[in-house]
Amino acid sequence: MAEHASDTSISRRELLRRIGQSAGAAMLYQSMSALGFAGESTYHGPVELAGAPRGASVLVLGAGMAGLVAALELQRAGYKVTVLEYNQRAGGRAWTLRGGDEYTELGGFRQRCEFDKGLYFNPGPWRIPYHHHAMLDYASRFKVPLEPFTQVNFNAYVHSHSAFGGKPQRFRHIHADFHGHVAELLGKAVNRGHLDSEVSTQDKEKLLEALRTFGFLDKEHRYRKSEFASATRGFDQDPGGGLASRAEYSEPLALGELVQSGLWQSLRPSFAYDLAPALFQPVGGMDRIPMAIYREVAPHVQFDAKVVGIDQDDRGVTVTHVDARRGGAPRTDRADWCVCTIPLSILSQIPVKVGAAMSAAIQSVPYESSVKIGLQFKRRFWEQDERIYGGISYTDLPIGMIGYPMDRQNTHGKGVLLGSYTWGTNAYEFTALTPEQRVRAAVEFGAQIHPQYPAEFENGVAVAWHRVPFSNGCFAKWSDTVREKHYENLCQIDGRIVLAGEHASRLPAWQEGAVLSALDAIGRLHQRAVAAHVEPA
Amino acid sequence: MYTCVHRRPRVLSRFIPLLLALAMPTLFCSAEELPPFSPPAGFAVGALAARGHFVQRDGANLYRAICQGCHMPDARGASGAGMYPALSANPKLASAAFPVLTLLQGRRGMPAFGDSLSDEQVAEVVNYVRTNFDNHFADSVTPADVARLRAASP
Repeated sequence: MAEHASDTSISRRELLRRIGQSAGAAMLYQSMSALGFAGESTYHGPVELAGAPRGASVLVLGAGMAGLVAALELQRAGYKVTVLEYNQRAGGRAWTLRGGDEYTELGGFRQRCEFDKGLYFNPGPWRIPYHHHAMLDYASRFKVPLEPFTQVNFNAYVHSHSAFGGKPQRFRHIHADFHGHVAELLGKAVNRGHLDSEVSTQDKEKLLEALRTFGFLDKEHRYRKSEFASATRGFDQDPGGGLASRAEYSEPLALGELVQSGLWQSLRPSFAYDLAPALFQPVGGMDRIPMAIYREVAPHVQFDAKVVGIDQDDRGVTVTHVDARRGGAPRTDRADWCVCTIPLSILSQIPVKVGAAMSAAIQSVPYESSVKIGLQFKRRFWEQDERIYGGISYTDLPIGMIGYPMDRQNTHGKGVLLGSYTWGTNAYEFTALTPEQRVRAAVEFGAQIHPQYPAEFENGVAVAWHRVPFSNGCFAKWSDTVREKHYENLCQIDGRIVLAGEHASRLPAWQEGAVLSALDAIGRLHQRAVAAHVEPA
Repeated sequence: MYTCVHRRPRVLSRFIPLLLALAMPTLFCSAEELPPFSPPAGFAVGALAARGHFVQRDGANLYRAICQGCHMPDARGASGAGMYPALSANPKLASAAFPVLTLLQGRRGMPAFGDSLSDEQVAEVVNYVRTNFDNHFADSVTPADVARLRAASP
């Protein structure tokens, strides 16, 4: 509170609070936009759901990000909360594997993670963009330390098995040369009057000047081996000190070969909103965020609970579950309301008593295939030999990409790479292998980019999301037509049941989608619970 | 052996000795209860993979590249929080149109493969599943049958 602030020095936050109190959320949002606060996220700060009806109870199904956030906020509002979770841990897909962890996938294929102490791998989400306000706020509220996640590294590689003789190219070369050549070409077109109908004489000069700056062109508007081009793509010999100090300029790649290579496709992440800097990762592993929230609700979370039926009547919801590991007789829990965050790939196989519209929605969404592979190496050769500190190399080999660790950079000792992250065709092909074969294939393919792989490789783990026992897939693969037909029906409250999770969001696969969906769902559920209480029969 | 469709055979030949030289001492899979070993069916590389096309042509390799990921190498399915149905000894395969349409359009959580597989590939893998894994259906599907079902489905 700003007790000491006079009306003229009132903080922006306090001003917003007062506007919110007096004029409601819509007005608050408008004001936030005017002050430059909002406009990106629908997250408006910590949810305040005070005033749960006395004794009201909620069953939360699933202890991933959506379930944990729902349980936490409903508990704070005064609800009696019970969480049922299939796994023996919280976090769901926000998951980290460390040395000593064991993981058995569907089919009984068991892996033991052999990473050294302190090294880890996130099989699921691994990065948080700056505009994912809810995730950042939960990390901040629960004091989970974050560190920068480098998405674009100008010294990482882009690679195609069929371009430049299969030799990996530095991102900065492709980036600089593509921009340089395009700027030169466009400049020529402008100079020769080819664009006179599009560009006024007045704008022409400014545009030429801009193209020269943008493309690092020389004084004749050419992109060629020069101090200008080397100032963006780098030198063959960097400038140094003393007598051995002369820089050697580097030769840009030829336009034809560059365009034919297709490597410009790998420039896309550097322009995409989802992947633009700044991005973050929790220090020590993605599961640090769900674990921090879990500690707040732990006494109410029951692990090993495999939900086999969800029933409701006009007074409450009954969930039937069995012990996921030991089996045995089914047990039931009952509550006034239910927030179900079970992925649709699983929920579509469980009898759920909801109306036809929601039921059809639950049955209609396929789940995407994805594979991630973590590889431990004896030394950090990508840093020591190749000066790649964090970031990602992209390749058209089936591994898709190689992600470099963002932590412990420039230190001696071992490191864990993300040896593969794929979707679609290659993900199916990797999924169909045994975990051991997947790791072997990742090492083999990766050796085409880093020849140090075979000599430095120690061990690895491979998570194929269609074989993950708690999700049967990676994330909800909505098409526009399926979304048009089913999305709103999926998100409605049906009697006393509401669904939440990344599948009930327009940010599929992102944790932010799961959290925003949970906050939206419990907000509406709370309204309904309060209303139901006001008008007792 | 991991096989790829490469335009440059040089890359492929460089890549096979590496596989043979690799030792994998530290990673283990449990010996008991494992489905039978099934050799990898290869990878689509580059543009083919980017367009979502599978390169495997015959039924057995298509099964090993795609289906066994979920339905398992022995086609007996799997069970966790949910399940994957067994394709082995499955009476639902009696009408070939059922697996063909399931592949083309997907079913519940299962994605559609209509855009990733040709009529020939769909016919191949459906015929393979309907005549293996304790399935003994005498009739077979032709690519023309698949094309007709494809045209008739939404």
